Amino acid sequence: MDDVLIAPDIDYLAVAPMIIVGVTAVVGVLVEAFAPRRPRRGIQLVLTFGALIAAFVVLISQAGTRVITGSLAIDGPSLVLQGLILLIAIVSAMLMAERRVDPAGDAFSPRASALPGSEEERVLSTRGFMQTEVWPLMLFAVVGMMLFTAANDLLVMFIALEIMSLPLYLLAGMSRRRRLLSQEAALKYFILGAFSSAFFIFGAAMLYGFSGTISLPGIADALSANPGQTPLIFIGFGLVVIGLLFKVGAVPFHQWVPDVYQGSPSAVTAFMAAAVKVAAFGALLRFLYVAFGGARWDWQPALWIIAIATMLVGSILAITQTDIKRMLAYSSIAQAGFILVGVIAVNPEGVAAVMFYLAAYGFATLGAFAVISLVRQDGGEATHLSNWAGLGKRSPVLALSMSLFMLSFAGIPLTSGFIGKFTVFEAAILADAVPLVIVGVIASIIAAFFYVRVIVLMFFTEPAEVGPTVVLPSVFTTLVLAISVAVTVILGVFPQPVLDLVEQANVFLR
Amino acid sequence: MNPENYIILSGLLFTIGALGVMIRRNAIVVFMSIELMLNAANLAFVSFARINGTLDGQVVAFFVMIVAAAEVVVGLAIIVTIFRTRRSASIDEPNLLKY
Repeated sequence: MDDVLIAPDIDYLAVAPMIIVGVTAVVGVLVEAFAPRRPRRGIQLVLTFGALIAAFVVLISQAGTRVITGSLAIDGPSLVLQGLILLIAIVSAMLMAERRVDPAGDAFSPRASALPGSEEERVLSTRGFMQTEVWPLMLFAVVGMMLFTAANDLLVMFIALEIMSLPLYLLAGMSRRRRLLSQEAALKYFILGAFSSAFFIFGAAMLYGFSGTISLPGIADALSANPGQTPLIFIGFGLVVIGLLFKVGAVPFHQWVPDVYQGSPSAVTAFMAAAVKVAAFGALLRFLYVAFGGARWDWQPALWIIAIATMLVGSILAITQTDIKRMLAYSSIAQAGFILVGVIAVNPEGVAAVMFYLAAYGFATLGAFAVISLVRQDGGEATHLSNWAGLGKRSPVLALSMSLFMLSFAGIPLTSGFIGKFTVFEAAILADAVPLVIVGVIASIIAAFFYVRVIVLMFFTEPAEVGPTVVLPSVFTTLVLAISVAVTVILGVFPQPVLDLVEQANVFLR
Repeated sequence: MNPENYIILSGLLFTIGALGVMIRRNAIVVFMSIELMLNAANLAFVSFARINGTLDGQVVAFFVMIVAAAEVVVGLAIIVTIFRTRRSASIDEPNLLKY
């Protein structure tokens, strides 16, 4: 064999943001192993924020880049979504860094392996032990998410899916309070997540069998060369889309969402709800548009049904919830349905609308979970809705910002959610999907009911005798709230700069 | 031997794995079924690499093995923690999160 291995030509600058975050995550693991306990938290905080901000700065300097480096496509959508993921990660890292809210320390168990309620756990807690593994884990998840939005072949997409998911399974199980719930959330998330990624990779195998290549543009070429429909392409497409829709949390693959959102620590839930949606929709868009854009008439009917079911099931089930975290989980399912409406449009307007909606939804979610982490009773969070009665009298500022996030979720004008829903529905009408928009509007009206119910509960209900206390947070959570409120208002009142940005970046390179 | 038989075998293995996840109640067995599904995908990849005459499928199989190993690390950690807390590895028993 005289074949010579040719080293691939890599545009390192284009992938530098991912490299920065990834290398820092590895350094973070080394810090865990070698740094003494006392300064460890400080080092990890500096590393985490430093890496995320540095990656964001490099990403901004790359704004005009449009390259395909083999398996990765650094194009408009992936740059915008990577930037969004980094911003969400910076804000949720602030939420994770909070340690004034819980009297025992931060939101994470001092040692996840200690038995809940055991002597070991009590000793660790009273000595003020804190876990710092969460920081490298979070950075790994961020790398996976960034890779997921840029993956241009099925192998990289699968690897990114796993790099993103594996740290999240662990983070879900690390809550300091209500550890049984947290562990249960981790188990359910892991089993169902691994199940869905097995579907994804088997579907990828079928698509490889059909087209002889794993790259998304290659699959598109094979499809246009052999328009005859073989079972392989149906099975492959279906299984891969199931894997992606699972991460998005679309009906009927949504069962994990409420359990995991309720059981995980609120800071992790906020990160997961906001950032995983961005990454998963980025990958779903790229898969559907680049590989199957030409075959859109074949898959659109199936996704219509899924989008309609997602919007209606999410909205209706949210009404029946009594736990606010669980209610927000069903609300996030409904929001996934609204975003799917933009995905189904299959036009550049749809891509832009989805990216704008993800930004609006992401920051409102971060803010809402920040508020949840501040309303506490007996040390833990008071998540039962009845505890929120009369919160407006106890803490008007907090209740007002929660109301703003709820109004944004509901899509009331002058909030980011309204512009998001408007652009998504507009893109769908351009693609002649009027029935879908009608269902979307009906689902928004149903959803408005339970969002407004929270506001009524906070402002127009008498508080209970022994109610929860609103904890005064440190600068971290205050900043998170301020940023979320600012983004929600600015994107609602003055959305044009961001709309221009997503419109300039709405074409997938192939 | 006709390589298409291997595709059929991998489909069977995948189905057995998926049924195992849905039917079995022990978390470890469920987890083993998921690994069976991943390996079914590997078999399909390698067989298709042979049928199509490209090497991509064999490379993918290596990566899937590594991912499966990483998944074992994370999965067993979670399952063992649950087992220590509840003295049981049943996936039906943790049922605090509902409605």
